[in-house]
Amino acid sequence: MADAIGADAIGAAGPVAAPTPHRESGWRRVLRTLLPFIVVAGIWEAVSHSGLFHPRLFPTIEAVAAQFVRLTVSGVLPYHAAGTLTRLAAGFALAAAVGIAIGIVMGRWKLAEDTLLPPVSVAAPIPGIAYAPLFLLWFGPGNASTVLLVAFVSSFPVVFNTWTGVKSVREVWLRSAVAMGAGGWRLFLKVVLPGALPFILTGLRLGLAQAWRILVGVEMLAAVPWGLGWMIFGAREFLNTDVMLAGVAVIGAIGLALEKGVFERLERLTVVRWGMMT
Amino acid sequence: MPYIEVYEVSHAYDTPSGRVAGVVGVSFGIEPSEFLCLVGPSGCGKSTLLNIIAGFLSPTSGEVRIGGRVVTGQGLDRGVVFQDFAQLFPWRTALRNVAFGLEMKGVPKNEREEIAMEQLKLVKLEKFAHAYPHHLSGGMQQRVAIARALAYNPGVLLMDEPFAALDALTRDDMQRLLSDVWRKTHKTVVYVTHNVAEAVFLADRVLVMTPHPGRVKTEIAIRLPRPRDPLSIEFLDCQKELLRHLVEPTPIGKDAPRNGGIA
Amino acid sequence: MSASETARSRYRSLVALAVMAGAYEGLARSGAFPSALLPTLPAVAEALLMGVADGTLLRHAASTLYRVLVGLGLAVLVGVPLGVLMGRLRAVESFVLPLASALMPIPSLAWVPVFILWFGLGNATAIGIVVYAALFPMLLNAWSGVRSVNPLWLRAGGSMGAGPADLFRKVIIPGSSPFIIAGLRQAFMRAWIAVVGAEMLAASDWGLGWVIFDAKEFLKADTMLASLAVIGLLGFAFERWVFGALERATVQRWGMVRAGKG
Ligand SMILES: Nc1ncnc2c1ncn2[C@@H]1O[C@H](COP(=O)(O)OP(=O)(O)OP(=O)(O)O)[C@@H](O)[C@H]1O
Ligand SMILES: [Mg+2]
Repeated sequence: MADAIGADAIGAAGPVAAPTPHRESGWRRVLRTLLPFIVVAGIWEAVSHSGLFHPRLFPTIEAVAAQFVRLTVSGVLPYHAAGTLTRLAAGFALAAAVGIAIGIVMGRWKLAEDTLLPPVSVAAPIPGIAYAPLFLLWFGPGNASTVLLVAFVSSFPVVFNTWTGVKSVREVWLRSAVAMGAGGWRLFLKVVLPGALPFILTGLRLGLAQAWRILVGVEMLAAVPWGLGWMIFGAREFLNTDVMLAGVAVIGAIGLALEKGVFERLERLTVVRWGMMT
Repeated sequence: MPYIEVYEVSHAYDTPSGRVAGVVGVSFGIEPSEFLCLVGPSGCGKSTLLNIIAGFLSPTSGEVRIGGRVVTGQGLDRGVVFQDFAQLFPWRTALRNVAFGLEMKGVPKNEREEIAMEQLKLVKLEKFAHAYPHHLSGGMQQRVAIARALAYNPGVLLMDEPFAALDALTRDDMQRLLSDVWRKTHKTVVYVTHNVAEAVFLADRVLVMTPHPGRVKTEIAIRLPRPRDPLSIEFLDCQKELLRHLVEPTPIGKDAPRNGGIA
Repeated sequence: MSASETARSRYRSLVALAVMAGAYEGLARSGAFPSALLPTLPAVAEALLMGVADGTLLRHAASTLYRVLVGLGLAVLVGVPLGVLMGRLRAVESFVLPLASALMPIPSLAWVPVFILWFGLGNATAIGIVVYAALFPMLLNAWSGVRSVNPLWLRAGGSMGAGPADLFRKVIIPGSSPFIIAGLRQAFMRAWIAVVGAEMLAASDWGLGWVIFDAKEFLKADTMLASLAVIGLLGFAFERWVFGALERATVQRWGMVRAGKG
């Protein structure tokens, strides 16, 4: 649905105007998507204006919007958001690099597989956030713990999927590549890696989702000086529900952008184009 | 008076690219306990017609009456068997699949399982009563589907190419079995098929339809004694006649159906 | 792969685990790190046994399980019918889907501070977070499940006299069960993360998450590791035995999904 709207927008921006009925149905679609939000916002407004709850606890949408604008203009919100994103990027990059490396090693060498699979399988079912206090204890509160924990947690899906992907590279591809004279590094770079790519991308995607799911919580626990998690958790002290909700909205927007912007694009550029995935 | 009356029935499908005719102005009647076969080239509207009689589709114009009452939806007076093996509920054993209709009627458990067991005996599957569908072969699954459609004792059995996806040997067995079942139960049967030999083997009367958009072209009564011998001269003559009606160019149709329409 | 090869990789795995445990033990005993931070394995085992023996660890585990199961139950009660309605009625789908897509990318833990203000510290907040975490997997899976129900089953059910209620209970729900069970698994995983996080943040005296967090204050890494083990074991047990058994008793037996490992 979002795709269709996107396509419409591109059509409208182009030199040729889209035919009228088409554009109308596009507008209808936008309206239909907006309708539930309008209804929910209406209910929210009615409740917040009714005086049923204290306005500090249940602020109006205007109040949240005003707070959002104030925090954005003053640079506080972007600053916190930048902190969170930096940690996410650092932790995830670490997880991607280490996770893919471990997964490949496990997929290519039986000895590595036998050695690494048991500890990985033992540690994986524990929810990542449960390790948080341990990391805080070992590495102290602050950035190091947060980044390492995010990396640790998001590396599991990367390892598992890379491992599976490497093992599922088709034998015919390997044989035909070897027959055509590929070997060693070239075999690895030109056949194994692209062959395993759909799995690796799935792993990265799951890993990023996991990292995102716990990062905000870890920021609250680790009392890092800046970050959206800390911002909304700190707002609790002063009953600033409007700050919290503004923060939650930004968190949601980042989450959506990560999903739609980063991975769908990456997949379209590679494996979907090769017809390995639809 | 015929038991089932199809009167001037038309149906048009709404598709994104406009309305597509399914069937156009079809009329015929079916006597009680009659075995009627519908044959016609692919896409002529046989399934559409059967679905209208079953009540899954409502006609855009015209009406279907069963026992004098106008059909407005599905009803327990009709049992339906589809072509697809997947029609059975995979989460129920053969017996519980067969008992489903009785369960809906509120028949107590013991009684309905007894009836279901009898139906399974009728299709020679009593040994597999407690097997799940995915452990049965395609032919066995279709037999369960027939038993299921008979279990709640509908007067009419509607079948849409129930054996088309089976191999030739199994299909042969199934045709004999269905013929026996029909003789024992005296149901009114409407049976859609592509297969001319199948129609001659099973039917009292065969309705031949024109290519898309479907109308009734002719009807042929099959007066051979039962059980029928597919190798007899008379049988082959019937088959030839039917085939001739199917392939001869239709005066109103745009192009003659090719052999592709006939298995 | 031959039997001897399987045996060899099992043997290697055991050796690997033993070597790793040995290395950890050596490091813990070397004195390079304070024992409060890196307790020896016997110390962790002792903390675990003590906690089980005096019942505290069991009570913590029970509190956590209570929150997860109540939250998961509520999420199922809301998510499955709503997902089914979405799959069957266009209007419901076009109303709920945009809302769900907007809320889904917000991690459940982001709501903890808001819920604390609204519901206070304690069970209500933790359960609320669990519901939030578990709801979307249930909703989306039920929705896809209903759309995957073979239309022939609906027709067959209808022609045998099943009304809307019977169709829902006896055709649509079992027909979409592979998706619903997958949703349940996913929902439990999310809920398990959410409950531990919520217990750490919305401190409430009982609960495995709370123990771990509390142990940090007192530098009791042995208690922490012991609780971590319990969290992992419970999660694993649910995944393997509860959901695994559910799957074997239903969709695998019915041949609707093939048996896979793990
Ligand atoms: N769901 C549908 N939507 C739109 N058009 C349809 C639909 N089902 C059938 N039609 C159209 O109606 C016509 C009749 O279809 P129908 O399925 O009744 O044919 P049929 O005789 O059963 O063919 P076959 O022997 O291949 O099963 C076809 O030409 C098809 O184009
Ligand atoms: Mg058909």
